[in-house]
Amino acid sequence: MPPAGPPPISRRAVVGGLAGVGALALGGCGASSQRRAPAIRGSIRVATQLSSTNDTLDPAKGATATDYTRHFMLYNGLTTIEDESLVATPSLAQTIESADRQNWYFDLRRGVRFHDGSELTSRDVVFSLLRHKDPATGSKIATVAEQFEEVTADGKYGVRLRLTGANADLLTVLAQSHFLIVKAGQDSPDGTGTGAFRLGDFQPGVRTVVLRNPEYWIEGRPRLERVEVIGIPDEVSRVNALLSGDVQIINAISPHSTKRVEAEPSCAIMASPSSLYSDLVMRQDELPTGNPHFVLAIKHLIDRPLINRAIYRNLSTIANDHPIAPFQKYFNAEIPQRVLDLDKARWHVRKGGLEGVRLPIYATTAANGSVDMASILQEYGSKIGLRFAVNRVPADGYWSTHWMRHPMTFGDTNPRPTADLIFSLFYDSKAEWNESGWKNERFDRLLVEARGSADEALRAEIYGEMQQIVHDKCGVAIPVFISLIDGYDKRLKGIRPIPLGGLMGYRFAEHVWWED
Amino acid sequence: MAAPAANAPVWLGLTRVVLQRIASALLTLLLVSIVIFAAASLLPGDAAQEVLGQSATPEQVAALRHEMGLDQPAVTRYLDWLAALLGGDPGRSYIADMQVTELIGARLVNSLSLAGITALVSVALALTIGIVSAINRGSKLDRALNIVTLSLVALPEFLIATVFVLLFSVKLVWLPSIAMVSPEATWSEMLRSMALPVACLTFVVSAQMARLTRAAVADQLDRPYVEMARLKGVTFRRIILFHVLPNAAGPVLNAIALSLSYLMGGALIIETIFSFPGLASLMVNAVTSRDMPLLQACAMIFCAAYLALILIADIVAILANPRLRS
Repeated sequence: MPPAGPPPISRRAVVGGLAGVGALALGGCGASSQRRAPAIRGSIRVATQLSSTNDTLDPAKGATATDYTRHFMLYNGLTTIEDESLVATPSLAQTIESADRQNWYFDLRRGVRFHDGSELTSRDVVFSLLRHKDPATGSKIATVAEQFEEVTADGKYGVRLRLTGANADLLTVLAQSHFLIVKAGQDSPDGTGTGAFRLGDFQPGVRTVVLRNPEYWIEGRPRLERVEVIGIPDEVSRVNALLSGDVQIINAISPHSTKRVEAEPSCAIMASPSSLYSDLVMRQDELPTGNPHFVLAIKHLIDRPLINRAIYRNLSTIANDHPIAPFQKYFNAEIPQRVLDLDKARWHVRKGGLEGVRLPIYATTAANGSVDMASILQEYGSKIGLRFAVNRVPADGYWSTHWMRHPMTFGDTNPRPTADLIFSLFYDSKAEWNESGWKNERFDRLLVEARGSADEALRAEIYGEMQQIVHDKCGVAIPVFISLIDGYDKRLKGIRPIPLGGLMGYRFAEHVWWED
Repeated sequence: MAAPAANAPVWLGLTRVVLQRIASALLTLLLVSIVIFAAASLLPGDAAQEVLGQSATPEQVAALRHEMGLDQPAVTRYLDWLAALLGGDPGRSYIADMQVTELIGARLVNSLSLAGITALVSVALALTIGIVSAINRGSKLDRALNIVTLSLVALPEFLIATVFVLLFSVKLVWLPSIAMVSPEATWSEMLRSMALPVACLTFVVSAQMARLTRAAVADQLDRPYVEMARLKGVTFRRIILFHVLPNAAGPVLNAIALSLSYLMGGALIIETIFSFPGLASLMVNAVTSRDMPLLQACAMIFCAAYLALILIADIVAILANPRLRS
C-alpha cells in the first residue's frame, strides 16, 4: 500500500470488507463470469462521468467527454485524426491547399448528405466556422477562432479561409470536436450532421441514443447498430455498472479502481496517455508568489514520483514544469528532469528572504488530484520553513471565483492537439488564461515565429526553446501528465488508445464493433 | 363507531383547518422561494459563468448574461419569475435551453413511481413490524426486531446500496446495477431495474417508521382505557384495531408523511448510486449550474409535496381520532 493513502477507514475499505464477507457467503453460488450481453445485437451502452442539463448537441459548446463523444457520433469535421500518429487527414474536405499557410482552400467531398437528406455545401462550412466568432454562440474556442479573418464560399463545394497570420497547425485544429460541421442556419444545432450515427433520443442529463446512419459516406462504417450514452457521475457506480454488464464501456476510472476491473476476466482497462495536467499556479503579479526564488523553490519541492505513485498508481507520465508531454510532437527531451531537491529549495527560500512565509493553496476536486498534491506540497513545505494551508473549495464556481484569483491556485488543462494551441491559450502573455500572469517577451515573439514557419526543424528548435523558458521562468509547476483510464467489455473489439483523450479520443463509436 | 350526528361540525371544522393550512402553505412557499433565491444569489459565480466554464471570455459572459436576463437587477428577476409562475409558467431553464416543465416532467414521474412503490412496500412492512413488536413488548421477537430496525436506522444508505449492488449485480448478476428507466422498457424491465433502489429505500425508511409505530402503539397500550377495555372483556384484536390504532394514528401518520416527503426529494444518494433520473439529482444539478428557474421549480415541488403530505396526515389523524374530531 502506498504511504499517502486515504484516511484510515474509507468508504471504499468498509465496502470492500463487506463485499469480502458477501463473497465468502456466496462462495458456493457458482461462477459469475457470464456477464449480460446487450439486448440488441451491436447495441452498446456507454457510461461517462458527467452528464447534466448542460449536455448539448452544439459542437461549439461542447465541454465534457460526454459532449465530445456525442458530437463525434453525429457530425464530421473538415479534417479528422484517426490514429495514434495524431496526423490530421482530410475528412469532409477531400483536398486542402495552401501556399503560405495563411490562405487556405478546401474542396469539399461531393454527395455527402446530412441526416435530413440535404447535401453538404460550402454554405454549411462557412456558417459552421464563422459562428464561433459570434459571442452569442458561446463557443468554447472563440479565442482560437479569432484567427479566422475571412471565410467565404467559392462555388458550391469550395471554401476559402484567410487567417490573420500563418498557422501550420490549422488542419489539426480543425479536427477538434468544436469545429465539427453543422447545418447552415442552425443557431442551436439539433444533431442533424453528416456523421456515422443519427440522433434517436436526446435528454440532457439523462441519455443520448444514436442509431446507425445507413447512408454514411464512409463505406463499411459504423459497425454498431445503436449506441446509448448515459452519465454515471459516481465512479464506484460506474465501475459496478461495467462489472455487472449493464454498460459495455466507461471512461474516467480512478487509478484505485483499476484492480477491480482487471480482476474481472470479461473486462479490461485502457490507459490513454494524455497531455492533461493539473498545475500549481503562482501568480506573478502578487507576492510572495511573484518572487522568482519562490517559484523555483516550489518547483524543487514537488515529489513527482510520489505523486505518480500515490495519486495515480504509476499510470501517469512525469512532467517537467512545461506543458508538452513526451509523446507529443516537438517535445524537448534535452531539458534535465527536475526532481525533489530540498537543499536547492531551501537555498531559494533563503535567497529570496522567504523564511516563515504563510500562504493558502486553493485546491478543488475540479482540478484532478489537486487536493492530494497540495497536501504533499504542504508536507514538504513544512520541512524548509514554508507554511502552507490547504484550502479545499467546492468544484462548482471554482473557475470563476478561485482559479487565478489567489496567489496559489490549481489549474486543470485539458489536452490540446498542438503545441501552438497550448502555448497560445495558456502561456502567451496576452492570453485570457495566462494562468500565472507571467510575461516573457522572447517567448511571445517565438510563439508567432513558430506558428508561421514551414521549416519543421526550425519549428522544433523554437518550440524546444519555449519549453525551456517555461520550465525556467513561468509561474506554473506541472507535476505529471494524467493518463485517462477507460474500462470496457472485452467483446467490444477494435479499441486502442489515442492520446487525444479517453474513449479513443472520444471517437470510438465509429471504429469499434461487437463480437459475442 | 363514529356518531353520525357529529358529522356536520366535523366537516365544517375540517374545511376551516384545510383552508387555513392552504393559506399558510402558500405563504410558506413564497418565503421559501425568497430564501432560495437569496441563498442561490450568494453562491459564487452565475449560470453564464458556469456554462462557459474555465474557458469563458468576458465578452461571451456578457453576451450570455444578456441572453439569460442575468444583467437585470436581482429583484426584477425574482418578481418576473414570480409573476410568470403565478401565470402558470415556471420559466425556461438557463442551461438546458428547454422549458422547465419539460425537464421536470419525466423526472417527476420517475420520482413519483420510485416513491410510490417504496411507500407501498415500506408502509405495509413498517406497520406490521411496529405493531407486532409493540404487542409482544419485551419478548425475544420484540428484541430481535428492535436490533434489526435499530441497526438499519444506523446504517447509511450508501453502504446498504453499495453492498446490494456488489451482491446482486456484480457478484450474482441477478439485477441491474443502474436504474435506467427508458421509455422503451417494458413494465417487467422497469420493475426489475427499480428493484434495488426500492429495496434500499425501503430499508432506510421503514426502519424509522417501524420504530415510531412501535413507540406510539406501545404508548397507547399503557393507557388506562386499554386496561378498562380488557376488564370489560373486549377481544385483544378489537382493542388493537378499534381503540389503540386510531389513537396512535397521529404520530404514525406523521412519520409516514415525513418518510414519503423524504422519498420525493431526499433520495439523492440512491439516485446517484443507481444513476436514477429523479428530481433530487436534477435539483443538485440546478444548484451547481446556478440554473435559477429550474432550482426554484424543484424547490417549490418539494416544499409543496412536503406541506401537502403533512396536511393529509393531519386530516387523516383528525378523522381517525374521535377526540380530535370534536
